Amino acid sequence: MNWFIDAQIMEKTSYVSYKSNLRVGWYKKFHISKWRSQLYSHYFGSKKVRETWRKLLLLWIAGSFLGSLGIFWFMNSQAMEKRREMLSSMCDERARMLQDQFNVSMNHLQALAILISTFHHAKEPSAIDQITFSRYAEMTAFERPLTSGVAYAVKVLHSEREQFEKKQGWKIKKMYSTEQSPSWKEDADPDNQEISPIKYEYAAVIFAQDAYKHVISFDLLTGKEDCENVLRARKSGRGVLTAPFELLKSKRLGVIMTYAVYKTELPSNATPYERIRAAIGYLGGIFDIEALVDKLLHQLASKHSIMVNVYDTTDPDAPISMYGPNLTGTGIYHISTLHFGDPIRKHEMHCRFKQKSPLPWLAITTSIGTLVIALLVGYIFHATVNRIVKVEDDYRQMMELKRRAEAADVAKSQFLATVSHEIRTPMNGVLGMLQMLMDTDLNITQEDYVRTAQDSGKALVSLINEVLDQAKIESGKLELEAVPFDLRAVLDDVLSLFYVKAQEKGLELAVYVSDQVPEVIVGDPGRIRQIITNLIGNSIKFTERGHIYLTAHLIEEMNSLHVVADAHSTDTLSGFPVADRRSIWKSFKILNQESSAPESFHLSSSSGLVNLIISVEDTGVGIPLEAQSRVFTPFMQVGPSISRIHGTGIGLSISKCLVGLMKGEIGFVSEPQIGSTFTFTVVLRSAHTNANEHKSLEFRGMTGLVVDHIPIRAKVTKYHLHRLGIHTTMETDPNQVLTRLTSRTLRTDMVLVEHDTWLKSITMWSSIISKLKGDHLDTPKFLLLARPTNSIKSTLPGPMEYISTIITKPLRASMLQVSLRRAMGCGDRENPRHEGLPNLSLLSLLHDKKILVVDDNIVNLRVAAGALKKYGAEVTCADRGKKAISMLKPPHKFDACFMDIQMPEMDGFEATRKIREMEADINNQLKSGEVSFESYQDGLNLHIPILAMTADVIQATYEECLKCGMDGYVSKPFEAEQLYREVARFLDTASKKNQ
Amino acid sequence: MDLGSLQRRYIDFTSALLREGILDGQFTQLQQLQDESNPDFVLEVVTLFFEDSEKLLNELSRTLEQQVVDFKKVDAHVHQLKGSSASIGAQKVKDVCMAFRNYCEEMNQEGCLNCLRQVKDQYLLVKNKLETLFMLEQQILAAGGSIPMMW
Repeated sequence: MNWFIDAQIMEKTSYVSYKSNLRVGWYKKFHISKWRSQLYSHYFGSKKVRETWRKLLLLWIAGSFLGSLGIFWFMNSQAMEKRREMLSSMCDERARMLQDQFNVSMNHLQALAILISTFHHAKEPSAIDQITFSRYAEMTAFERPLTSGVAYAVKVLHSEREQFEKKQGWKIKKMYSTEQSPSWKEDADPDNQEISPIKYEYAAVIFAQDAYKHVISFDLLTGKEDCENVLRARKSGRGVLTAPFELLKSKRLGVIMTYAVYKTELPSNATPYERIRAAIGYLGGIFDIEALVDKLLHQLASKHSIMVNVYDTTDPDAPISMYGPNLTGTGIYHISTLHFGDPIRKHEMHCRFKQKSPLPWLAITTSIGTLVIALLVGYIFHATVNRIVKVEDDYRQMMELKRRAEAADVAKSQFLATVSHEIRTPMNGVLGMLQMLMDTDLNITQEDYVRTAQDSGKALVSLINEVLDQAKIESGKLELEAVPFDLRAVLDDVLSLFYVKAQEKGLELAVYVSDQVPEVIVGDPGRIRQIITNLIGNSIKFTERGHIYLTAHLIEEMNSLHVVADAHSTDTLSGFPVADRRSIWKSFKILNQESSAPESFHLSSSSGLVNLIISVEDTGVGIPLEAQSRVFTPFMQVGPSISRIHGTGIGLSISKCLVGLMKGEIGFVSEPQIGSTFTFTVVLRSAHTNANEHKSLEFRGMTGLVVDHIPIRAKVTKYHLHRLGIHTTMETDPNQVLTRLTSRTLRTDMVLVEHDTWLKSITMWSSIISKLKGDHLDTPKFLLLARPTNSIKSTLPGPMEYISTIITKPLRASMLQVSLRRAMGCGDRENPRHEGLPNLSLLSLLHDKKILVVDDNIVNLRVAAGALKKYGAEVTCADRGKKAISMLKPPHKFDACFMDIQMPEMDGFEATRKIREMEADINNQLKSGEVSFESYQDGLNLHIPILAMTADVIQATYEECLKCGMDGYVSKPFEAEQLYREVARFLDTASKKNQ
Repeated sequence: MDLGSLQRRYIDFTSALLREGILDGQFTQLQQLQDESNPDFVLEVVTLFFEDSEKLLNELSRTLEQQVVDFKKVDAHVHQLKGSSASIGAQKVKDVCMAFRNYCEEMNQEGCLNCLRQVKDQYLLVKNKLETLFMLEQQILAAGGSIPMMW
């Protein structure tokens, strides 16, 4: 069976190697890094691969069938071979034994022949007669088990016949002739036998065993076969055999063996003729073959019972069966040749198994077992392939589903964006109608309803805007602006939004921007405002006491701030403890980067990037710990109890997205009942402008003293004063104030005292002020910084008469400026309490100002004029540059000029250049005294502020404007805030010059 | 028609103009500039715009019909038209003007003529709409109401 196993293994290994080749092929084709694409192409190729696998599987099954058949055939043939060998050995054994026994009998016959030759022929008279012979033969019959009878015939020549007959007392008789079997018939009646015819010689039987007594006196030579036997026997000198014939008595087959007795001892090489001459008698024995074989087989009886046939095959064409059934069944048989000493006669023994060979169970089970195993292996393989194909299909399906889900997500965002946009337009209608309704004659209840409806409508619009933002961010449509802006102004504006709410709740609201932050930076102020508004809005909702503190720093400063924060953890704006914001910083990548590699920051600052870190600190209820993880998830409210006041919950999510768009991070730390601090970073670019130019100069050179027992609050105040150009020192101990003020080393223009601090030592303040008055010193103005409470003035104790003004917090530069202007007496005639609304400020700034507007486009001219008139300015129009030049030739009455840049004939730049040349000319004349001042009533007005009006606001144009002597620019559809900023800048300076 | 429905129609009409992009925020800004001291400001400006534009369009037609087109002149006219349309908030006219100027730079007479047709169409459209709007305003005022403000 080994060969088969080998073959199977070979088959298997070749199959495996084929598979591995296939796999190696794949790996070569698809690099591991392109795993995905491999999977895809794997899938697309999988149909083909599946086909190949199916073929392989069929091949495998067919192979295993063939293999098991092979096993069966091989094992079966092995068994057959073994059986055949067994049969042949058994057959040979039987043949040999038969031969041996036959030979033994023959030897005895020979011995009998010698006995007769010795005692019958050699003795005279004979020592043997019939009785002796028969007795002897009878008694030695056990020596010749196969011989049923023996007889002896003597050679009688015809010449001796009568004498012989006389001597014996009977006539030589003739045997039964041709057809009938010869002499050995038992029923042959000797009396009835014919007397032998006359021949040359006779072979008359003289002795015979008792059983064959009847053959005495028969002439053997008359029987055909006997005669042949006799002739052959004397010729060869050996025992010869007749063909088998049926023995009458036993109805069995038998053969006669004839042996010649010679007169003399003959040499072994005697010729046949000599032998014939020497022959004097013939001994014959009858062999009962059937008995012989039966006995033999009985001796060798075994479980492998076999069937034996013995044939006389002297004539090969017509073998004579000597023994055995006349069955010629199929199946294996074995032929053994028998040698009975007669060279002429040939005998064969045929052996067969009696039973058919048993079924080859071993072969059958082995082959079936192998087949089953092979089929199992095939099934496992098939199942594996199916599984792989299924997994691949599933994977593809999943990819498809994922793609669809993503597409659906984008579609959802787009849908939201579209729908929100569509809702806004009809909402405009709704709100417009409500506004109109407000104008009609309503009673109080109706008005209240309308106002509620209007508020709800506005809330809906803002919600829609938020949703729109969220959708825009999600669908990737939100783009950030990159315009130069002043962060401080933006933060001030945001703070002013919450002024009323802070006032209602009595919260301290403050902003602080580090000196390191550039004045003008480039980014998207609207979005930064949105983020901060959202954060402060949340803080204000959840804070009932304490403060909200907005700070902006450069990230580079954070290391030094660490130290400060460590020193006084309770040193906060309102004295309430706050959450420790440092733990947020740890999560910010940009800060961690910095600590590991500070050089990167020098790099970033040199490349014009501004890394801002802005935080909003409050002392509110804080965010519950369990809700902290989902604060930035859209529409996720903190909890049912506070969700009602929390708004939509979308704001923080939007803020996070916006911060992400600005390449920053947002995080927070919150402790319940202590407060939350939200911190975010943004990366902006610095603007390459001279920022100081924008700073108001009216307080430059003044010094101030801030008295506040809370250092951090003093710092905020200092920051705002610093922005106005006031040199400021801080004092935390009120007792030190007097010594400071009287030290005379530095003149102090103003003292700003925090309300709390004032209350702490009212009497001391009275004494300080009266001391100062008494010394007739240049008394500084005293200003009180107070939290927004409506009733400060009325309830405020102490020497109020010394207080110049009360400044309500939150502090903002513009508001502070106005308040200081009033307090310091350098203010203008306008009511300074118009802070907050730039329109009102514009009104105050532009009121009664004479302004020249130059534009070639009369429509534009009219619009610009209309806009400026709206703010109370007196507007004169000019439709070309030359006209403007002539109108601006000093002396003139104009306070400012707005000029279009692109004009035919002479553009704005050239016109400005001409005007400046003119002014310079006159200035020189004034200096040299060529022209008297009197001719110019408005003598100082020799630099008229010229502002460019332009539709495009790119940097190049701005610089161009400055280069040719313009003072600034405004974008063409006038925007109130920008207009205010620009106009305020030069009109302020102009008014200061006027003083 | 009663005052309320007139006012509602006025709001619908203005909203539609804004939504369709025929007018933009600049027009509402103009409306805001109009007050008691300057009651006909919008009408005045728009009338100016009509006169100016018609003049410019005629000018443009004539210039573009000539054998040798003076594209510099065309560009100047278109710039003018763009400026005034931007000022009153005629957004679509302004948009076409921007395309028009590109063709001028390319000296593409074909494109210019095409744009001129479009500008005329848009101009007529906005003129038509504004006239309707003013008519509505007049009706509202005549009925003794106030003009609703779009903020």
